[in-house]
Amino acid sequence: MILGLDIGSRSIELVGLIGGEVVLSRKLPTTFSPLDQCSRLLDGLRPASLVGTGYGRNLIQRLALDCECSTITEIKAHALGAAHLFPEAGTVLDIGGQDTKAMSLVDGRVLKFEMNDRCAAGTGKFLEYTAGVFQIPVEEFGPYALKGENPPEISSICTVFAETEATSLMARGESPEAIALGLHKAIVKRTANMLRRVGLKFPMVFTGGVANNPCVLRLLAQAVNGEIGRDILIPDNPDHMGALGAALHRHNGNAARVA
Amino acid sequence: MSDTGHHAMWEKLNMDLEAHDGLLEVLGKFYGDIFLSQENRLTGAEYLDFVLSEVHGLRIRELQDAKAEGRKVIGSFCVFVPEEITLAADAIHVGLCAGAEAGSDLAEQLVPRNTCALIKSFIGFKMAKLCPYIESSDMIVGETTCDGKKKAYEAFNEIAPTYVMEVPQTKSTAARDLWKAEVVRYMKAVEEMTGCTITAEKLKEGILIANGKRRALQRLTALRAASPAPISGRDALLVNQISFYDDPVRFTAKINELCDELEERIAAGGGVAPADTPRLLLSGCPMAVPNWKLPYVVESSGAVIVGEESCIGTRNSRDLVDESGETLEAMIDAIADRYMKIDCACFTPNDERLDNIEDLAKRLNADGVIHYSLLFCQPYTHEALKVDKALQAAGIPMLSIETDYSMEDVEQLKTRVEAFVETLA
Repeated sequence: MILGLDIGSRSIELVGLIGGEVVLSRKLPTTFSPLDQCSRLLDGLRPASLVGTGYGRNLIQRLALDCECSTITEIKAHALGAAHLFPEAGTVLDIGGQDTKAMSLVDGRVLKFEMNDRCAAGTGKFLEYTAGVFQIPVEEFGPYALKGENPPEISSICTVFAETEATSLMARGESPEAIALGLHKAIVKRTANMLRRVGLKFPMVFTGGVANNPCVLRLLAQAVNGEIGRDILIPDNPDHMGALGAALHRHNGNAARVA
Repeated sequence: MSDTGHHAMWEKLNMDLEAHDGLLEVLGKFYGDIFLSQENRLTGAEYLDFVLSEVHGLRIRELQDAKAEGRKVIGSFCVFVPEEITLAADAIHVGLCAGAEAGSDLAEQLVPRNTCALIKSFIGFKMAKLCPYIESSDMIVGETTCDGKKKAYEAFNEIAPTYVMEVPQTKSTAARDLWKAEVVRYMKAVEEMTGCTITAEKLKEGILIANGKRRALQRLTALRAASPAPISGRDALLVNQISFYDDPVRFTAKINELCDELEERIAAGGGVAPADTPRLLLSGCPMAVPNWKLPYVVESSGAVIVGEESCIGTRNSRDLVDESGETLEAMIDAIADRYMKIDCACFTPNDERLDNIEDLAKRLNADGVIHYSLLFCQPYTHEALKVDKALQAAGIPMLSIETDYSMEDVEQLKTRVEAFVETLA
């Protein structure tokens, strides 16, 4: 079995392939002990090889595994995963815990990519942080925001200042749902700009945990003028794309060598 | 780094000894991790290691000895300050400290927070009393290559008297006239400070020494076209950085020796990385010592750097001063013409830089270009977009990086650079 392990800032995903078919997929939160979490995910498995990706990809060297280990970046991993499920993909958008990445693809290969600088503006962390202001779990934040109308403009792209801005909008009497919608719009505006910079081509595959947020999805479709399901494609498990791509990298590499 | 035997000298220079010891300790560790850990280094790299280890020690001692004999030291921040003229007045020309975060927090008292790291650094080095070159300089020369710098020199002048050269912003005839007048004005200022009259004979000598240094650097650049890459980008950057500090005649001889060794290595098919290693050209802002962050990240990501299109790189060595002039007037013209060819991002338009990058990338067989801009450096961040377009049209992949001297973004830089290298493989 080939394993792909995506060690992200918020969650760790594991995907196992046998003969190119997904036979296993697991996920755990990263916590402050990602190494322990990795060990728990790998418990009972004896893979032939493992490919690490994500922010913590180099941690695999410390897992002391009894198999061939290598790493690729999450940019390549998400591109491989997305292109595997949707070979016609022209663009991949991955919004994860602390990074947003946009990649343009040609024949499944990354041609150009953009990634946010330093801060967590426009990432899953932004949503998590601002959901905290509303005291609701991040998973419910998207549906909550969808109930909003006439969203006020949130001009700050800084996570911390956006919270300040949201708080002062609340003090002005704006409805919390509308403010939540405004916060989602702020993310999408930033993301759409990034997509334009890499040269957005449909169909676009949206991966990473934030692809599960229905409000981001709807606003994004509006912003880039694309139809969900035709122009914007969401894998069944968008947050497992990195792990899948990592495993596929090894699988494809093998296939190439045999040929 | 330099041992503490130089303490008395540094104390005389009114440096902050404790903070300076701390700086040297960090630098020494950095140097070990980034340079001494490399494999397949050249024997000639011993010279680089020695000069760097004594960058604040023996070299400063040499400057002090020269000063005791009546020679003057001129410190500068930019490749526009004509070294030929400094040398013609028997003075010493050195680059000043500007590649680390040291003292940057102090600098925010004199310049805005959102100022590029290089400017904050040179002001910080002075305010924190950490740069023996600034403290040894009889004359500090600034230049108007960007708004940040030209305003910063107004502030800097309050703590270290600074002579400023006006670098024009276009390459028109009027601009060239202005620049020539500035060259002449600089020559007069140097004559006045040194008490030395610059004759045609002395200026010729200065031109030959500066050109000799450039020829050695050009030779190094050309040798790096070989595959496998015969020298690491880190060591080559170090050569370029040292060209601003060391005695030019000694430097030229040492770098030519290094090039002899490179030729032997190339003939034997040797290199620092396997032949299929992705080859990258670094392009953009200068990297003053000890700004080695990006080269280190790149060469730890499975790529090798084969060229530096920057002021601490080919922009400093690409063009020679015409050596045929016999009169002072003809030589000043030749100097003015040579410096007007510099494709600094301060010029508008600056299209020759686009051609130069494409040409250099092709000559060095680079697979891609990493464009490096310091945060808040308007000229180079603007040009990053233009360079990207031009290289895309030429079919050369480019990655744009914007960063500063801090270490907080190292992991993100690694991801970006590794992903870029993956696209090339």
